[in-house]
Amino acid sequence: MSAQRAPWEEKPTAVGVAGKGAVLTVMALVVLIPLWSVLVTSLSSRKTINDAGGMVMVPKGIDASAYVTIFSGGIVTRALWVTTMVTVAGTLISLTLTVLAAYGLSRPGSVGHRPLLFFFLLTFLIYPGLVPSYLVVTGVGLKDSLWALILPTAISVFNLVVVRGFFQGLPQELMDSARIDGAGEFRILWRIVLPLARPVIAVVGLFYAVGYWNVWFNALLYIDSNDKFPIQNILRSMVIQGQSPNFSGQSVGSLPPTQAIKMAVVVVTVVPIVMVYPFIQRHFVKGVIVGAIKG
Amino acid sequence: MSTEAPAAAGTSDELARSPDPAEPPRKRRRPRVPLRARLRRDWPLLLMTAPAALLLLVFHYLPTLGNVVAFQDYNPYAGDGPLSAFLASEWIGFGNFNDLFGDPAFWDALWNTLTITVFQLVFFFPIPIALAILLNSVISGKLRAFIQTIVYLPHFFSWVLVVTFFVQMLGGAGLLAQELRQAGIEPPAIMTNPDTFIVLVTAESVWKDAGWGMIVFLAALAMIDPNLYEQSAVDGAGRWRRLWHVTLPGLRPVIVLLLILRLGDALSVGFEQFLLQRDAVGRDAAEVLDTFVYYQSITTGNFGFGAAAGLFKAAVGLVLILAANKVAHMIGERGLISKQ
Repeated sequence: MSAQRAPWEEKPTAVGVAGKGAVLTVMALVVLIPLWSVLVTSLSSRKTINDAGGMVMVPKGIDASAYVTIFSGGIVTRALWVTTMVTVAGTLISLTLTVLAAYGLSRPGSVGHRPLLFFFLLTFLIYPGLVPSYLVVTGVGLKDSLWALILPTAISVFNLVVVRGFFQGLPQELMDSARIDGAGEFRILWRIVLPLARPVIAVVGLFYAVGYWNVWFNALLYIDSNDKFPIQNILRSMVIQGQSPNFSGQSVGSLPPTQAIKMAVVVVTVVPIVMVYPFIQRHFVKGVIVGAIKG
Repeated sequence: MSTEAPAAAGTSDELARSPDPAEPPRKRRRPRVPLRARLRRDWPLLLMTAPAALLLLVFHYLPTLGNVVAFQDYNPYAGDGPLSAFLASEWIGFGNFNDLFGDPAFWDALWNTLTITVFQLVFFFPIPIALAILLNSVISGKLRAFIQTIVYLPHFFSWVLVVTFFVQMLGGAGLLAQELRQAGIEPPAIMTNPDTFIVLVTAESVWKDAGWGMIVFLAALAMIDPNLYEQSAVDGAGRWRRLWHVTLPGLRPVIVLLLILRLGDALSVGFEQFLLQRDAVGRDAAEVLDTFVYYQSITTGNFGFGAAAGLFKAAVGLVLILAANKVAHMIGERGLISKQ
């Protein structure tokens, strides 16, 4: 990172600096303003929201009653629980199978290596399409099952290729010497490879997790029961389609403003992403993508 | 269907690399080990690969074969499940395709899709390149990292969230409308106007993915030899000439690669994005091929017809990507799938 201008470079013009600053500021604000406004609105009282006209930009006190409402049972609480389960279980399954297959495919010259690799990579060029996928998933009995949100998308060949590339970049002498000492492949993977591959596994795991957290369309396709819908589907029906949330057990008059509840649902959908994001950014941007391109 | 493919670059790179060019000679040098011995040595590797391969077989390749329902008058109620219904359904050859090509709604959806692809090629594609060049010229590393952190974030949001944010900002009850009303101006319908929908969806795509799209270009920019800049500066090239003669040629392979990938995907334009907004702006503007397939099959039960539309889309996509790859080879780029 060169913190200085090279001696042969021209001095920037005032207009250039101003223009550049303006573009960068706009880029940042365009992302930050919606996040800020939604957060502040979710924490505002009825009066503040009505005074502002719907979306609040300037906070006046903090009123967390919207969060109390959505977390005190009801459809949002259940959807968050469903989504969390799908995310945790799905990520574990995806990560395990991806790491195993990546290692299994990491040694050119092993039995069936080339055809197997071709089998995996061909999925980039040929994709099945919506209707046959729907028929297969329902045909194997996954209709209205949370497994329909996990199994069909459990393997991302892109992630697999990234992990495999990392494994192949490790010093092979380590594994060879372990093999000579009589260690089996599973033992080598567990004891030698995995400890070295922690960053790439963390990143790929987070990618899977974000994918599961964001699942919406597959739930629309396969889920029928109201109590199995993930949070994205609830968010859609409440905010985009404008259906009023149904919180049983509370009289309408005592409820916090609908607008604050809606925005609180947006916030709880965003927060997990924002929480894992720094990890993804730190490892992924520096390591994996750049490495993949240079390779 | 809804999993993310994080970034196209790594994918294509791997495709280009494999089979490893260095592999065949090495293989020939290796003494022949009998298959039995190799199996005894490698069975754990095969065992490790098996579960993932099985999932792809069931949820990727089996549906790919399942596309044959496009040639059936598939009746989902002809059996207890999809398999027996498939066996009991009548084969009608290209009947579904005849219906498809005779359906004006299909041509409308195809036309919408192509228009949006071209529009986004012009108004979306260059933005990450421009942003990357701009950001690359920022000298302070801290400022650069700060901006990157902010603009990558929306990439990880679901389309439901992105549309939600747009509704809350630009919709009829959103922030913009509310400020305009207070200033005494009647706010324009942004989220529900079919005429400007193409601009709206492009703006949404830019908001979600333009920052993320920069990564590839930033990496490519970092790999341009700084000596090239210095030498051309010594030779009297100003900053714009250096941009034209050093920076852009340095980015050319990446640009070509991403164009190929985009072309192969010409018939896909953000399925979830359109599905989410089709109700608000209406079919005329928001029906694209993917939503057409969805509404013609899943919601109506007309699976054979929907599969025909999907198969048409997949076939055209495959032809497009292979053709684009061929063109890239002809103009001397490495492209996506390199010849061995």
